[in-house]
Amino acid sequence: MTQDGKYTEIGNSLPRVDGKAKVTGAAKYAGDYYFPRELWAQVVRSPYPHAKIKKIDTSAAEKLKGVRNVITGDYYKKRGGLYLADKNFLAYQTVKYRGEAVVAVCAETREIAEEACRLVKIDYEELPAVFSPMEAMKKGAPLIHPDLHTYRVAPIFHPVPHTNISHHHVLRKGDVKKGFRESYRIFEHSYHIPHVQHVPIETHVTTALYDTAGSLTVWSCCQSPYAVRAALADSFDIPLNKLRVISEFVGAGFGSKAGTTIEGIVIPLAQLNPGRHIRLDYSREDEFENAYVRQGMYARIKTGVDKKGKILAVENEFLWDGGAYTEYGVNIVKAAGFAGAGPYNIDNIATDSYCLYTNHPVGGPYRGFGMCEIHFAIEQNIDMIAKEMGISPVEMRKINGLRPGDTTNTGEVMKVSGYQDCLDTVIKALDYNRKSAQPKDKHKIRAKGIAAGWKSPSQPTDAASAAIIRMNEDGTFYLQTSAEEIGQGSNTVLTQIAAEVLNVNPDRITLTSGDTTANPYEWQTVASRTTYCAGNAVKLAAEDLKEHVLDLAQIKLGCAKRDIHLERDDDHHMTWVVATNHPENRVPISTFALGLTLPDGSGIGGPAIGTGRFVLPNNFAYNMEDSQSPKPVAFWTIGVTGAEVEVDTQTGHIKVLQMISCFDPGKTVNRALYDAQVEGGMIQAMGTAIFEELMLKDGRVLNKNFVDYKIPTADDIPERLESLIVEYPEETGPFGARGIGEPVMVPGAPAIANAVANALGHHFDHMPITPDDVLEVVRGKKSKSKAKR
Amino acid sequence: MHTIEFSINGEALTLLVEDNQTALRVIREQAGFTGTKPGCEAGECGACTILVNGKPVNACLMLAPELDGKEITTVEGLADGENLSVLQQKFIDHAALQCGYCTPGFLMSATALLNENPHPTRQEIVEAISGNLCRCTGYKRIIEAIEDAANSGTKKIPAKKTKAKGGARK
Ligand code: FES
Ligand code: FES
Repeated sequence: MTQDGKYTEIGNSLPRVDGKAKVTGAAKYAGDYYFPRELWAQVVRSPYPHAKIKKIDTSAAEKLKGVRNVITGDYYKKRGGLYLADKNFLAYQTVKYRGEAVVAVCAETREIAEEACRLVKIDYEELPAVFSPMEAMKKGAPLIHPDLHTYRVAPIFHPVPHTNISHHHVLRKGDVKKGFRESYRIFEHSYHIPHVQHVPIETHVTTALYDTAGSLTVWSCCQSPYAVRAALADSFDIPLNKLRVISEFVGAGFGSKAGTTIEGIVIPLAQLNPGRHIRLDYSREDEFENAYVRQGMYARIKTGVDKKGKILAVENEFLWDGGAYTEYGVNIVKAAGFAGAGPYNIDNIATDSYCLYTNHPVGGPYRGFGMCEIHFAIEQNIDMIAKEMGISPVEMRKINGLRPGDTTNTGEVMKVSGYQDCLDTVIKALDYNRKSAQPKDKHKIRAKGIAAGWKSPSQPTDAASAAIIRMNEDGTFYLQTSAEEIGQGSNTVLTQIAAEVLNVNPDRITLTSGDTTANPYEWQTVASRTTYCAGNAVKLAAEDLKEHVLDLAQIKLGCAKRDIHLERDDDHHMTWVVATNHPENRVPISTFALGLTLPDGSGIGGPAIGTGRFVLPNNFAYNMEDSQSPKPVAFWTIGVTGAEVEVDTQTGHIKVLQMISCFDPGKTVNRALYDAQVEGGMIQAMGTAIFEELMLKDGRVLNKNFVDYKIPTADDIPERLESLIVEYPEETGPFGARGIGEPVMVPGAPAIANAVANALGHHFDHMPITPDDVLEVVRGKKSKSKAKR
Repeated sequence: MHTIEFSINGEALTLLVEDNQTALRVIREQAGFTGTKPGCEAGECGACTILVNGKPVNACLMLAPELDGKEITTVEGLADGENLSVLQQKFIDHAALQCGYCTPGFLMSATALLNENPHPTRQEIVEAISGNLCRCTGYKRIIEAIEDAANSGTKKIPAKKTKAKGGARK
C-alpha cells in the first residue's frame, strides 16, 4: 500500500507468475517426471458392477518375463477414506463397480505390465446390483456395504446401519407445516441431474519411490498434498516424516484430484521394490470410468408461496447416487443439505439430503460441490413458480433473494449479501426485460434466462493454513505455502498479497508450493477457499516479516516504528525502509535480511522470516438435528448468470449466444484472473447444460472418450461471454476477498435451462437438454421426464 | 527397433525407437521434451500437437519411425532463448491459460496457423484450434490472444537451423 492508502497490487491484473513456465513447456506436471529404469504399474479391472471375488490366479502373470509383482486386495486389506473409511485401493472380497481395480501389476515396461494384466484369471460370482438411488433406498435392496455400521466415520456424518445410506443430512428451520398452511399456493417439482465427468485435460498420473533408507516419495497430480500425505500415512502406517508428496503443477483438478486417488495403488508396489520408481498413468478411458465422477442426483422441491410470491416454506429432498464408495461423497451431500433452499430468505425449511451407495462409478467432489446440481433444480423451480404466479422471474428473485440482515438456510444472519446487486447488474447487462430480437429464420427462436447461485466452502470448522516468507540477502523473497496451483491462479494471487503487505514488486517474490517436505501445512486446495484461507496465512506471514524489519529499522533509523514505512522503488528494483518524517533517512529493505549489524560490530535479529498461521476464526459446529448454527461456514459467495440462447426447432440444436455473470468476490485480488475463471466456469456449466452426461448402462460407462463424451470446444462458445463484479468486502477475508472458483459455475446451467424454457414454453426436468429433447417438445409430444423416481 | 535421425527444436537427434511407439512418447520419454502433453493418446484433444516440417500434427497419432528425417518443433522451441514468441507473450498478456496443460498444444496449433495465414479471421482461428480441448479457460481469451498476436504481426517462426548432430540419447 502506498503512503496515501492506495493498493499497489490488490485489484491489479498482474500477469500470471507461472505464465512463462507454462507457455515454454518448463512447467512440470506429475507425468513429466521420468526416472531411470522406472517400473510401470497397470491394473486389472472388474468386468462386473457387483460380484464376489472367488479366486484370483496370478501365476501366469507372475511367470511373464519382466513382471516384478502382482498384488491383489488381500495384500492390503485396510480400508481408508477421507470422511468415511469405506474404500480399499484394490477390491477386497467383492467388487462394487465395473472398472474397479482388482489386481495391480508392476513390470519393467508398460507393455509387459499390460500383457501381465491380460494373464490374470479371476473367478467372480455375480451379485445383484443397484443402479439408482431409489433402488438403493428400497427395503430389501442388495447391500453394497453390509458392514457399513462398523466403518470409521467423521462424527458429522450419519450412515444408517444395514442400509445403503451412507449419510442422511437433515436441515430444519422454522416450521414447514405452518409455512405450508399459510401458503396461498403450493408447488412441487422434480429434477434429475446425471453423472458427469470433470475431464481435466491431464489424466491422473503418479509415481512413487520407496528409497533404500526407508523414505517414501510420491509425485502426484493432486490438489491437496497434505491431505494425500495424511491419508497415505494412515493407510500404510508410514510416519509423516518419512512420506513426501510432490505436486508442483496440476493439469486442472475441478475436484477430481482432491483427496487420494491412484496413489494407494502404487505405494504397496513401491514398498516391494525399494530403490525403484513405480509409475501409473491413467488413460483417458480410465479417467472417465475410474477417476471420481460428479454424482447423479434426483431432486424434489415442494414450495409454498404467499399471494405476492414470497416463499413461505420449502421442503426438499435430494437423493444422491454416490456410487460404490462415498468416502468423499458424503460431504457433498452435506453441503447440499446446508444450502438446499438456495440464496433465499425463507423462514421455514426442511431439507433431507441422502447419500446412497450404488454400483456406479465413485462419486467425488466436482467444481461446485453439489451446488451446480441443486441449483439446476432450485433456479428452474423459481422460474416455474414465477410463471405460474404470473410474476416475472426477476420479481420473484427480488422478493426472495437474500439481503443483508436476512437469515440463511442454516440460521446465520447475512452481514453482507451481493445477491440483489448481482441480479440488477446482470439484468441490465443482458437487457433481460427486453425480449430477444428474433432472427429472420423462423425456425430459430431466441430467448433469455437468468439464474442465481451461492456456495460456501464445505470444510471442517477448524481447517488450517500456514505460510512462511523468507527474505534473501538481496531483498528478494521466497514465499512458501502448500496451496496448490491447479490453474485457478493461486500462485499469482498469493504473491500479490505478500507484495502488497511488503510493498515489494511481485517479481521479487518466488512462490514455492507442492512439496510437503519443503512447505508448511495447508488443509486442502478445494472449496474455493485458497484466496481466503491461504491468502490470510500469507498476509499474516508477510505482516510478521514486516514487523521484524520495522523492529530493527527503529534502531537503524533512530525513530519509532509507527513513523517508518516501506516504499516500493520499481526503477531501482528495490524497496526502501523509510523514516516517514525524514524521507531522506532510508535504507534498502535488504539491510535487514540477516538481522542488523550494530555500530560495535555485533549483530541482532537474525535472518528475516515471517510466519503466518490461519485457522477459520468464525466457524462453529452446527446442531446435528437441524443444521442450525450462528456461523457454520466461513462465507457465502453469491452471484447471478444470465444467458441468451437460440433454439433451432428443425434440428433441436441449442446455441448459446450470450452468457453474462456477476458475482461478489468481496474484493477482487486480480481482475484478469477473476474474469478468466468466471468465463471458464460459465463454459463448463454450458457443457453440462447442453452436452455432457456420463452414459451409464447396467453400471457400464458407455462414453469413455472425447468423441462420445463431448465437452465444449472453441466453436461452441457464445459470442458474448462477460464477467462483472460487485464488491462487498468479506469481514475476515484478506483485503476483503472471498473465494469464487466454484461459485462461478453454479448458476450457468440453470440460466441456460431457463432461457431454453422461455424459448419453448417448456421446462426440462433434466440436463443435458439435447436436440432430441427439444424436438420432442417442438413436435408437441410430451417431453420424457427423467426425474421420475 | 528402428534408428531414426531427425531435428527437434533445431537440434539433431539420433534415437533407437520401437516400431510401434508413438512420436509423442519418444519426444517426451526419450528426447525429454515434456512440454508436449498426452491428454487422450487418441487424436481427440490436441494437447500433444507438434509441428512436423511446420505443419501441426497430433504426436500421439504419429509413429516414432515417421519422425525420421523430419524437422520437429515442440513448445520448447518457440521462444528464442529468454525471449518469448509474440504468441507466447500474448497468451500471458490475455490470461489465456489457467492450468496450462493444454497450452502447448494451443500454441503449436496457433503458431502453425499464423505461419500459414498471418491475418486469420476469427472463424479461421476457431477452426485452427477446434481440435484443441481446454477445460479451464472457456476459449475466449485464447482466441483473443491469437487475434492480438496476428495484429501485432508475428513473424514467421522459422524452424530452427539444425546445429551439430547430436548423439543417440536414451
Ligand atoms: S494426446 Fe494426442 S490428441 Fe490427445
Ligand atoms: S488451461 Fe487448463 S486445460 Fe486449458
